[in-house]
This record gives sequence, C-alpha cells and structure tokens, in this order.
Amino acid sequence: MESHGHSTNAPISVRVMRRDNPDATPRYEVFQIPHRQNMNVHMCLLEIQENPVTVEGTKTTPVAWDVNCLEEVCGSCTMIINGRARQACSTLVDTLEKPITIEPMTKFTVLRDLQVDRSRMFEDLKKTKSWVPIDGTHALGAGPRYAQDDQLVSYTLSRCMTCGCCVEACPQYGPGSAFIGPAVLSQVRRFNMHPTGKLNKGERLETVMGSGGITDCGSAQVCASVCPKEIPLLDSIAVVARDTTIHALTSWFGK
Amino acid sequence: MANQPRVIVVGGGLAGLMAAIKIAEFGALVDLLSIVPVKRSHSVCAQGGINGAVNTKGEGDSPGLHFIDTVKGGDFLAHQPPVRDMCDAAPNIIYMFDRMGVPFTRTAEGLIEFRRFGGTLHHRTAHAGATTGQQLLYALDEQVRKFEAEGKITKYEGWEAFYPSIDESGRCVGLTAMDLRNMEIRSFASDAVIYATGGLGAIFGYGTNSVVNTGAAIAGCYQQGAIYGNPEFIQIHPTAISGADKLRLMSESVRGEGGRVWVPKNPKDTRAPLTIPPAERWYFLEEKYPAYGNLVPRDVASREIHHIVQTLGHRVEGEEAVYLDLTHLDPDYLTKKLGGVLEIYEKFKGHDPRKVPMKVAPAVHYSMGGLWVDYKQMTNIPGLFAAGECEYQYHGANRLGANALVACVFGGMVSGVNAFVWAEANAKKERSAAALAATNQKLKSRVNDVLGRAGDENPFGIRRELGQCMNRYVTIVRENESLKKADGMLVDLKKRLARAPLPDAGPWANQSLIHVLELENMIDLSRAITQGALLRDESRGAHFKPAFPNRDDEKWMRSTKASYTPDGPKFDFSETIDTSLKKPVERRYDVLPEHAPKPGGAAAAAH
Ligand SMILES: Cc1cc2nc3c(=O)[nH]c(=O)nc-3n(C[C@H](O)[C@H](O)[C@H](O)COP(=O)(O)OP(=O)(O)OC[C@H]3O[C@@H](n4cnc5c(N)ncnc54)[C@H](O)[C@@H]3O)c2cc1C
Ligand code: SF4
Ligand code: SF4
Ligand code: FES
Repeated sequence: MESHGHSTNAPISVRVMRRDNPDATPRYEVFQIPHRQNMNVHMCLLEIQENPVTVEGTKTTPVAWDVNCLEEVCGSCTMIINGRARQACSTLVDTLEKPITIEPMTKFTVLRDLQVDRSRMFEDLKKTKSWVPIDGTHALGAGPRYAQDDQLVSYTLSRCMTCGCCVEACPQYGPGSAFIGPAVLSQVRRFNMHPTGKLNKGERLETVMGSGGITDCGSAQVCASVCPKEIPLLDSIAVVARDTTIHALTSWFGK
Repeated sequence: MANQPRVIVVGGGLAGLMAAIKIAEFGALVDLLSIVPVKRSHSVCAQGGINGAVNTKGEGDSPGLHFIDTVKGGDFLAHQPPVRDMCDAAPNIIYMFDRMGVPFTRTAEGLIEFRRFGGTLHHRTAHAGATTGQQLLYALDEQVRKFEAEGKITKYEGWEAFYPSIDESGRCVGLTAMDLRNMEIRSFASDAVIYATGGLGAIFGYGTNSVVNTGAAIAGCYQQGAIYGNPEFIQIHPTAISGADKLRLMSESVRGEGGRVWVPKNPKDTRAPLTIPPAERWYFLEEKYPAYGNLVPRDVASREIHHIVQTLGHRVEGEEAVYLDLTHLDPDYLTKKLGGVLEIYEKFKGHDPRKVPMKVAPAVHYSMGGLWVDYKQMTNIPGLFAAGECEYQYHGANRLGANALVACVFGGMVSGVNAFVWAEANAKKERSAAALAATNQKLKSRVNDVLGRAGDENPFGIRRELGQCMNRYVTIVRENESLKKADGMLVDLKKRLARAPLPDAGPWANQSLIHVLELENMIDLSRAITQGALLRDESRGAHFKPAFPNRDDEKWMRSTKASYTPDGPKFDFSETIDTSLKKPVERRYDVLPEHAPKPGGAAAAAH
C-alpha cells in the first residue's frame, strides 16, 4: 500500500518565483531536486518543503502553494509551469523541458509565492446568478426530465473547476479589465439551458450584455485550447453572444 | 437582549454546505468556515455515485432493502434507526439534486440512470458520469452562493478552526480559528456549531484522500472533550493505482459497470495481460463469491486481494497489484459511463484502460469512525454538532460504496435542522466571552510554543514517518504486538515533533506552522485509532485480526468511545448497538440473500 519511487535519473533543476507577500518584490530561487518515478510538479514542491535549501546552499523557507485533490478535479494547484497555466498535480515532470520554471498566475493577486486569490471568479458566478432557482430543499419530487443529449452538454459544461487557466490565457481578462471571462460565460450558457435555470435567463443575459460582458471577448480563442477539462468555451461564447443579441432585440421591441 | 440565532458551520464539503443551506432556509445566520474555497473541498473527488432506492429497473428495490444492505455491509455496528431514516430519505435527496440541476446520467426515457455498486445486488446508484461528487458539490455550492448574495450565509474561506469554545455549563458557544493568510487568531461566537470537516485519510500518508483531509479538526474537538467514536474502523479501498504522491482511486463503479478483477493463475507469470488466455486467468472474486462476484463489499475485496498478492505471492507483470479489466466492454459506453475515472488512469499512468487492463491495489480510503453523535447529530458537547465523514453514525464497521455521499447530505440536513432548533432555543443565553477567550489563549500559547521550538528534527519528515507507521501496522491485517509497537512509535513521534524547529517563522501564509499544528492533532487521533484496534479482540467489517478471526457479538457488538487525555486515549465500551430493526446475521456474500432481485420482482413491487 505504499509507493516508493526510486529512480536513477539525474536530479532536476527547478526555478521558483518567490514572493513573501502581495506587496513584496518577486525573486527567483533555484533548487536541485532528486528525480522520482512518476513525479509531478507537486512533488517537487514537497521536496523543497522538506529540504528548503537552494542550489547555492542557502537556507530558505518552504514554498507556499495551494493543493487539495491531487487528481485535477479541484482546481487548487493551478500555476504557471514553463510558461503555461496548468495543474501542478497532473503535470508530470518527465514531460517538461528542464530546468522547470514555476510561477504564480498573473491575472490574480499573488498572496504568497504560488498562491493566488481567485475569488473574483466566484464573485462573477454570483453576479450572473449561476444557480438553478429552486423553491427549497424539502421533498418536492423529481426534477424535470432531461434528454440524454442535453445531459451530455450540460455535464460537459458543469465540469468547470474554476481553475482559471482560461482567463490566464485570455488577452482580454485581467486586473485592469472588467471582462467577466470565458469560464463564467460558459456557466451562463449552462444555466440558461436548464429547464428551471431558464427562468432567470433574461437577468443572466442582461448581466453579461454591458461593459465587461460578452462583447469584450475579442475572439482570440486561446481560452478553449488551454482548458484542462476541454470545455467547449468557444461554443459557449457563441451561444451566449447569440442569445444576448436576440434578447436585446426582443426586449427592445417589447418596450 | 435576545440575539438573532447564529450558527457556525465548519467545512464546506457536501455535509457542511447542506447544513448551511438548511439553516439559511430557516432564517438563521450562518458563518461558514473552510480551509479551502468550498468549491475545492474533497467531496469533488467522489466519482462513482450516490445511493437511493428509487427502483427504476423493476427490481423490487426499496429503502427497506437499502437499509438491510447497509447494516449488513457495516457488519452490524451501526445503530439502526438513523440508518433506516437515511435510506428512507435517500430517494428524495437524489430528487433534490435533480431539481438543483445536477446533470445525472439519463436513461433513454430521460429518467435518472442507476448503476450497481458493491454490497448490493440492486441498481441503486445515481451518478453524473464518473464525477458525481464534483457535480453534487457544485450544485450545493451554487445554492449557497444564492444565499450568500442574499446575505444569509457569510463565508470565511481560508480559515481553519482549531477549538470549539465550551462554557462553564459545558455548552458550545463558538470556536477559535486562524486566518491562513495573516495568521490572525480569532474567536467566533454562536449559539450552535456544526463540524463537517471530512475524513482523516492523510494520517496514513498515502491513500485516496485529498491533502486537506488530516482529521485535525476532529482532533480539536476531541481535545476539548468530544468523544471520538469507532476510531479503529478505517476503510481500505480494494482498487487504487500506485503513485508517488497519492494512490488514486479507480472507483467501484468500474466494477459496477462490468469491470473484472483477476490475476494470472501462475504467480510467476509475467506475460502482458491480453496475451494470457482466459483459461490461465484467475477471477478470484467471482470464483469465491458467485453471488456478488466483483461487487463484494470493500473490506472483503481488499482482504482477498491482500491474500492473493501478499500471502500467495501473485504478481501482475512483476508488480504487487491485480488487474481491473474493462477491455471486454464497448469503449464508447465506457467513456460515457466512466470517462472521469478513465481519464485519471490515462493521465497518471499513461495507458488507456479501454485497451489494457488497469493495475490496482488496496489503499486507505475512508474513516467509518469519527465524532460520536446522537440521532440528532449532536456530539456529547451540547450545542456542538457533527455531520459527514467526520462523524461515526451511519456505516458501522464498513461503509458500502456510494453511501458516503448520501450520509453526508442526510447528516447535513439533520444537523442543520437540529442546530437551528438548538440555536433558537439558546439564543437568549449569553455566548460566554470567557469561554471564547480561553480557546483563543489556548491556541495562541500553542502557536508560540511551536514557533519557539529548537532541535534537530524535521517536521515534514515526521509526517512521512507517521504515514508509514500507520500504513504498515494499522490497515488491513492487525496484530496486537504490532499495534503496541505502533502506539509506542506514535508517542515517540510526538516527542520528536517537540524538537522540530519550524523552517519558517514568518507572519504571513505560514504553511509550516499549520503543518505542525495539524500534525500534532493527527498523532492524537492515530493513538485512538491504534489503541482502539488493539483493544477490539474480534474481526468485524474493516477491522481484521487473524488471531481473532470471528465476529464476537456477545462481547463486541458495542461502540468504541474514546476520550482524550494528555496521556493518551481513554476508552468506554458500555454502549451497545440498537439492532431493533434487523437482527444481526452472519455476513455472507457467496450465496444469494433472500432479497436478491429476481424475475417477478417488478410484479411484486407493483402491489
Ligand atoms: C477518491 C474518492 C472517491 C469517492 N467516491 C465516492 C462515491 O462515489 N460515493 C460516495 O458515496 N462516497 C465517495 N467517497 C467518499 C466521499 O467523497 C466523502 O466521504 C465525502 O465527500 C466527505 O464529505 P464531507 O462533506 O464530510 O467532507 P469534505 O468534502 O472532505 O469537506 C470537508 C470540508 O471541511 C473543511 N475543513 C476541514 N477542516 C477544517 C477546519 N479545521 N477548519 C475549517 N474548515 C475545515 C474543508 O475545507 C472542506 O471544505 C469517495 C472518496 C474518495 C477519497
Ligand atoms: S475567445 Fe474571448 S474569452 Fe476566449 S480567450 Fe479570446 S477573448 Fe478571451
Ligand atoms: S473553463 Fe476550463 S480552464 Fe476555465 S476555469 Fe473552467 S476548467 Fe478551468
Ligand atoms: S490539487 Fe486539485 S487540481 Fe491539482
């Protein structure tokens, strides 16, 4: 029930961007780490934690990072590894160019080292009423029937783990911009297609119609290519764009 | 002046979020504390599904049969009335999630699809592909966000609770927690507190659990006088994949959808699996348990695999593992039903399980034990409730697959309702400032002690040793001599930890400090687990002692209740089990039970 990953491969060199707190100036530290079989980037950080000494022999502090599920389903451990946002738990060291460079995401406030504050994404889910409005949690019988095909679309969208890879890659998203980003737009699509979620469709569309909304998307299309869950973000953006247009027209005619 | 009732919920997994929603629906204020943003809680890992006897397959299934399977699966160590209530509520729990928009896998008619799981012969497990826990958690997360937007729930994400605060009368009036960013120590006052802090698998080092599942919160309650129930019952899941940081689960749903477990008949056979002809394969579970086959309960399957690999010395391509084989099934079907699980295998092992049999071995998975609670989910400390994997109530000596999620949600509901009632009744009383200050001081002194340590030990190395010790001596096969040895090692680890200087003394996001505080708590729990195992001289469910191979109802059909003392746990075995609803029987999975689904079952159920 235990795994030891002995290996004869050469040690790996890892460069980590360090920052003691949100106001501190970043610096890099380089570590030599013994290679192990099946090693992921998370394990590199564990090695540093137990032995926080740089390649120059200087004692430092363990690196701070967020991690939980270790199977790419919680989104915690997202960081920039060799220039690309991805999960430290599912990125295997053997697939990476050496030395490995690890940095925090750039679109969010860095708390310490590789820890960032992604609460903005959760706030945006609140703004767009990303939930199905139910009357209560008491027993009210089964929900609406759902065709297999619709379930598949909904399930695909619903696997978004709010990791932030897509917004990290999106040129329109960032601290200086109000753009809500592809992940949340995709949730708007998801709740708008649910038979009960539809009841808030108009409100949801109005939230993403103004500035910071769907029209801020420059169609650069990089978001979809970096999503670890392969969520069809471009389809979602297209659906929401079409729906907002229709909504704008009908609500204008309706006035 | 009367306060508006206020309840603190610690933990934002399925149990905590469900409790918070119930309380918010009743109109009390909720403070929701969680180490991780709630959407990243361990519940996202649950793959296979959630049980509820909805009986959509014409098998004559019913909550009553779900109840029988559950108490039998738990080897008759769970009090039966709450288990019955949970099974009765399960179909409506699934419907509630359905209404919240969980994309459950559907039948052609658009109904919820159910699949088979271990320890039952009925199709009783609803699922959303193979990432069910994630989908259920997200549904509750979304509903909580709605209440947050309305100002009824206030989230404190990135806060870790350490001690419930107990006033002079013994009542819980809040707790003390730490902000994991600026390390501020703060006490929160309330009229009731619910702990929903999940399991403790990280104690064992390697296993299927998330990193945050240290059990440290359970230990904080235990140190404050809460009873720890059935600590020695730890579930070992039969099918996980090897890995250097985690043993990732290959869900029981793989077998539920038709996966078969086998080894080459010749222990020394090193041929590639698909070149081994069927006649030279040993489907040992199917052979020994013709009635349940690959879907025997986990304790049974893990012991069989352990026997085959460790005692009989069978290997698969030289590895200490067995095959879990799906290659006989249609790849598209597999993608649809098990995609999320198969992806994990592909990502971490680099092979496609649709084409080659997976290699799996047992791994620590779940804690049946936890905080002792009454039928209202209240611990022995009035006003302190517990729900979800952190409490001991529903699974007895062994949990059936897909029963954890339903127990978390049901326990969350029951604790939410009762904490609300309690809070309302007690809102007029004072929330003792002295009690809140006392836990504050207690945590401050502990932090200062940890920060001031000197010596030659490494706290992270000690954590590794803890995992090795527990994994080696306190898992599938337990022997009294080794358990004694393990307990001695635990005492020693705690002493050594007192000589471990912190590699980081900084005032901001100091993960090393938290690590040591948690590790001390983990060692306290480990001693209760180990000593509980040592004392229980019988074999029941997941607790197996070759020296005492039988279940001993006469002597041991009793809860284990551990209380904390600075010198180690103190035990009380006076609580017998309420078996008023189903008489304990011998637990057999080789022959069909009387309630097996049979042709005509549908007609019978139509009455
Ligand atoms: C890989 C895997 C697959 C599984 N699959 C299934 C399945 O298919 N079906 C099934 O029924 N069961 C399954 N289980 C079991 C099930 O997932 C868990 O038992 C269940 O999710 C636990 O939920 P919970 O709400 O009790 O706690 P968790 O989801 O673990 O949440 C605990 C919460 O408490 C918080 N917390 C912890 N300590 C503190 C503290 N001190 N202060 C503040 N917050 C704290 C955490 O931040 C988190 O929010 C599986 C388990 C694993 C490991
Ligand atoms: S398509 Fe839109 S959302 Fe996606 S990366 Fe481009 S600008 Fe961003
Ligand atoms: S859409 Fe994909 S990349 Fe974006 S947050 Fe969700 S899972 Fe991450
Ligand atoms: S730890 Fe959850 S995604 Fe990596």
